[in-house]
Amino acid sequence: MKWIDYASPHTVKEAVTLLAEKGDAARAMAGGTDLIVEMRVGRRTPALVVDIKGIPELNEITYTTEDGLTLGAAVPCYKIYNNKAVIKNYPGLVDAASIIGGTQIQGRASIGGNLCNAAPSGDAIPALIALGAKAKIAGVNGTRIVNVEDFCLAPRQTVVKPGELLVSLSIPAPKANTGARYIRFIPRNEMDIAVVGVGVSVELNGSTFKSARVSLASVAPKPLFVKEAGDALAGKPISEASIEKAAELAAAAAKPISDMRGTAEYRKHLCAVLTRRALNAAIERTRGGTVNAH
Amino acid sequence: MPTKTYVQTTINGEQVEFLCEPRQSLLECLRDILHLTGTKEGCNDGNCGACTVNMDGRIVCSCLVLGVEANGKEIGTIEGVATPKGLHPLQLAFLEGAALQCGICTPGFIVASKALLEQNPRPTEQEIRFWLANNLCRCTGYDKIVRAVMDAANRMEAAKR
Repeated sequence: MKWIDYASPHTVKEAVTLLAEKGDAARAMAGGTDLIVEMRVGRRTPALVVDIKGIPELNEITYTTEDGLTLGAAVPCYKIYNNKAVIKNYPGLVDAASIIGGTQIQGRASIGGNLCNAAPSGDAIPALIALGAKAKIAGVNGTRIVNVEDFCLAPRQTVVKPGELLVSLSIPAPKANTGARYIRFIPRNEMDIAVVGVGVSVELNGSTFKSARVSLASVAPKPLFVKEAGDALAGKPISEASIEKAAELAAAAAKPISDMRGTAEYRKHLCAVLTRRALNAAIERTRGGTVNAH
Repeated sequence: MPTKTYVQTTINGEQVEFLCEPRQSLLECLRDILHLTGTKEGCNDGNCGACTVNMDGRIVCSCLVLGVEANGKEIGTIEGVATPKGLHPLQLAFLEGAALQCGICTPGFIVASKALLEQNPRPTEQEIRFWLANNLCRCTGYDKIVRAVMDAANRMEAAKR
């Protein structure tokens, strides 16, 4: 690995000052499970690594019924899926946090890091998009808020500019009669990259859908928010036909490539299958049923 | 001129200090600077778990931790698993159950399994398999390893009675 300098600031201000001084040559590090690998193979070559785990705001994990969940960008996956408020209110987030890497990776890797790494297959990203999460980004001149569906631009590129830092994610408190689910297809039981991933959330009103959100991973250069698939469910009866229509729209929105994990055709097929399954699981959860993360 | 960084940490209950370059992984620091070579390098990119150590109560891949991050932390390695009284029940169960062949993956499996049994003394087979999904063995397959962990859990429960 190329020589790096290492800094571990204790405040957001200190961190963004360091990041701004070095610009492109600095990179923030949370769990390091992507960044250290990238530095070792020479794919990223920062001169300065800014370890953000010592900053209190980046370790925050708090829930209130008014503000919902505030999740610091450096909170590792295991703290997320062991958090009582998250388990109760955001099972769709638990789904993603508990399948990113294995136990060792989950001891370090954060959802904020998964988002900033901006892999098309990032498991947390569709889950966040389905839940309507917003990202708080700090710079030397203050902070701004970006919807997670607008955060990723291309593989490994995000709206975070040199000198900026993702501080936290906020997810609204779940409304009554809502449920969410993230599922992915991999050819084994764990520790793999999604061939396709689907995150959904639903809001039900008796026997009809009030609203829904659908998001896809691994089928485009960045995770997709498929607004039309969710919108197609609004006001429709909770039926196989409604779900099938949303699944078709999800598959139509996918722009996959063919690679060693699967052909484009296969991935489109999976989009429909997984959207259907995810919607049914989210409905089950809304009605108080138990759907295990994996 | 690049300078080395001073790191003060606790390894297997003992205060340890060392100098390292910020680019060196905790794995390199353990093996090449501190000569604690029980922790193995496998893939060096977080897939195989051979380099698993315990850091502040959580298992991590030491190849994916910078040595400088160990400052102020409590690190547990395979060297700290046996005590002067003898081997840990996991080590006995692995030996007696022949849950290893070449042995490169074994320190990682033992350190990972120890952390599992500390938080879940009676794991199911499925819980063991998910917990150990980040540890790869290219010789034996996993049945003997999973059975050894269940055997160790039984031994530890029996010792409590």
